Amino acid sequence: MSTATTHDDHHDHGAPSGLMRWVTTTNHKDIGTLYLWFAFTMLLIGGAMAMVIRAELFQPGMQVVDPNFFNTMTTMHGLIMVFGAIMPGMVGLANWQIPLMIGAPDMALPRMNNWSFWILPFAGTMLLSTLFMEGGGPAFGWTFYAPLSTTFAPASTDFFIFAIHMLGFSSIMGAINIIATVLNMRAPGMTLMKMPLFVWTWFITAFLLIAVMPVLAGAVTMMLTDRNFGTSFFDAAGGGDPVLFQHVFWFFGHPEVYIMILPAFGVVSEIIPTFARKKLFGYSSMVYATASIAFLSFIVYAHHMFTTGMPVAGELYFMYATIMIAVPTAVKVFNWTATMWKGSMTFETPMLWAIAFVFLFTIGGFTGLMMGIAPADMQYHDTYFIVAHFHYVLVTGALFSIFAAFYYWAPKWTGHMVDERLGKIHFWWSVISVNVLFFPQHFIGLAGMPRRIPDYSLQFADWNMISSLGGFAFGVAQVFFIYVIIKTIRGGKAATAEVWEGAHGLEWTIPSPAPYHTFETAPEVK
Amino acid sequence: MFAKTLKGALYSLWGAVLLLGAGNSYAEYPINLTRGVTDISNKVFDLHMLIFWICVVACVMVFAVLIYSIFTHRKSKGAVAAEFHESTTVEIIWTTIPFLVLVAMAVPATTTLLALEDTRDADMSIQVTGYQWKWKYDYLDDDISFFSVLTTPREQIEGDAPKDDTYLMDVDNPIVVPINKKIRFLITSNDVIHSWWVPDLGWKQDAVPGFINDAWTELTEPGTYRGKCAELCGKDHGFMPIVLVAKTQEDYDAWVEDQKDAAAAAADASTQTLTMDELMAKGEAAYNTNCAACHQANGAGIPGVFPAIAGSAVATGDVAKHIDIGVNGVAGTSMQAFGEQLSAVDLAAVITYQRNAFGNDTGDMVQPADITAAK
Repeated sequence: MSTATTHDDHHDHGAPSGLMRWVTTTNHKDIGTLYLWFAFTMLLIGGAMAMVIRAELFQPGMQVVDPNFFNTMTTMHGLIMVFGAIMPGMVGLANWQIPLMIGAPDMALPRMNNWSFWILPFAGTMLLSTLFMEGGGPAFGWTFYAPLSTTFAPASTDFFIFAIHMLGFSSIMGAINIIATVLNMRAPGMTLMKMPLFVWTWFITAFLLIAVMPVLAGAVTMMLTDRNFGTSFFDAAGGGDPVLFQHVFWFFGHPEVYIMILPAFGVVSEIIPTFARKKLFGYSSMVYATASIAFLSFIVYAHHMFTTGMPVAGELYFMYATIMIAVPTAVKVFNWTATMWKGSMTFETPMLWAIAFVFLFTIGGFTGLMMGIAPADMQYHDTYFIVAHFHYVLVTGALFSIFAAFYYWAPKWTGHMVDERLGKIHFWWSVISVNVLFFPQHFIGLAGMPRRIPDYSLQFADWNMISSLGGFAFGVAQVFFIYVIIKTIRGGKAATAEVWEGAHGLEWTIPSPAPYHTFETAPEVK
Repeated sequence: MFAKTLKGALYSLWGAVLLLGAGNSYAEYPINLTRGVTDISNKVFDLHMLIFWICVVACVMVFAVLIYSIFTHRKSKGAVAAEFHESTTVEIIWTTIPFLVLVAMAVPATTTLLALEDTRDADMSIQVTGYQWKWKYDYLDDDISFFSVLTTPREQIEGDAPKDDTYLMDVDNPIVVPINKKIRFLITSNDVIHSWWVPDLGWKQDAVPGFINDAWTELTEPGTYRGKCAELCGKDHGFMPIVLVAKTQEDYDAWVEDQKDAAAAAADASTQTLTMDELMAKGEAAYNTNCAACHQANGAGIPGVFPAIAGSAVATGDVAKHIDIGVNGVAGTSMQAFGEQLSAVDLAAVITYQRNAFGNDTGDMVQPADITAAK
């Protein structure tokens, strides 16, 4: 870039126009936008699949789809939501916000950034294309336990494996980029312990990604060779072990759930202090709690496997280690509470989402604690109780935090305030329907309804019908959200640079909408 | 597909009308874990309630503070933000208290877990084997062995007949156990991972192919206890229930004798010769119970997953090859070896049925003796 020094007006460049702007872009804001649109598209596709699931479960009996397609829907819904909606959504937020929050002109590795995004649409398309292949798409659950996913799986499984590999490449490159950016691109004076919590949580998440995505790649590669090249990693007849798959999968899978929730903690830790007009109560303890959760996430994974026939010593260890996660998680909830306490709160839409997050994530956290108790998990395991649990942490947790982030930062991205009235309709509609959707699932799970079944006995009928009605309402609320997004992009009240009265941080020092190039001269952080 | 979807949507709409209007026929809103009928299930239930109430109390405390704060510390009420933040003392307190609560929860959890996993000194052993999508029970002490398959008729599942109270919870041969005996279950699988779960016993245990897991129970009351497969095992995962019948020792002994007599009768029957009509009638029944889940009631199969019977090379070709597949299965696929699952009579009947139904019209008859010869 030696020419740049002589090219005085280079900071006046706007965005190039046309389709090629998006294909060739190395701008963190463009790439963040691409990630967010991709995630939202996937959210709607995965949501449509959830509607099929809830339609089939509306009543006992087989009504809408056949059992095999039902299994395909639960599988694809999980995969699309985890790998297509939540993770890219969080990466989109990271791309937009991390450079703005640490005073960097862009991500450290802009070309790789472009590549990590552009892998995604191809991986997603390949994954979705399995639905149209002979034998149908993957129908073995998003956890794809062997041997159902190896010996007994449809031919399209090999495409699923390749799609997972590609999604993994994308995530690993995204994570490397975030670590490189955070370590090298901070503005002068922005020490690590001055970084906004959103940056901290993503920084820690990036290490989790680098540690576990290769493990997932290993698991699917072993599946691939078991299916096609005569190996027996997961086949006892050849000296392998089907439970080995679960060990490898959950060594990825448990940190994965924290990959989806730690950035959410970061978002909420930004929003609550802003609207409480009060500093986050325990900044450093929040950082330490995040780091402890990340560490613990590696050593508790087999609590997903209490019923697989683990030795009792293993069960005891994983039970003790698992319930210990409640400690740093409680610290986080207490800190948010203490931040709100004696604040001067207002309740704009982002704050509403953040408060809903604190309440509903706490419910999901408590059911998680209950399932950590191994003997009780012998009953809870693989029922709708766990379905309710992880939807509370992932929908009202991770997804709600992305909604909160949208309402919080969209004025900075678009230059327009989001219509408060529409935002509040979206919020109340979602928060009521999501509880009608998922709260009864606790009951039917405890009462004995296994997960992943297309038909059920009659004692579960009433709650399922209520849950489905909640589901349809929640689905419609997200279609309404499309209108909110488009309206905000097209116009609305002009946003000031600061946007929110109580907002602090570098991203609020630049104009709204954020210019195409920001912080070309690093700001000074006191 | 669309016609079916539309039909389903109309059904769903009708269901909503029923629910909101005239009340509904099920009217059951279960909300809690079953207490169960064994000592262990009671311990698990008590533990569940203990941790549940601890969570409720903690939840209420946190939520109360949050709600109070939300309604009091508002800018619109003139609240001015306080300055305080960062307190090591407070952080230490709210780290220590949850830790102590967790220790208090871990103690009863540990004793319950140790009791639940103690399968020593059992009075009898039953091997439970998961198949796609049925269970097999082998009584290791009594030389009894049988399969247990869902008996809920297809018409009820498809919505063409009213559903029984025990919809999807009935099987042809329930597992029968005596009361007041410590029974050890040895649980394994023939194909994919299943999970054997009767909530009244207080636990579930995965059935892993190639490995044997154990679990135990001791029932005190005669009765019928129902459960389900709890681990996704393929297309009909939702259709492989468990029915466990506990009997007094006398009744159990009588049942054991009946089973042995029935096995002897079945062995005798394998030498008889049946007419075409008898074979077709028995064959249709056996087909719908054992084959229709994959090959479909109309024999069309599911393209790319389960081959068709109608017009297939196997069902219209060499009889010996067809018998071989029926008896020995096809290695590396979902096609099981039915030689060990069905009697010679049923297998002869079902193969005859397959060769003459669905427009296959080969005219071939297979007799039980042909099956016995092929085993």
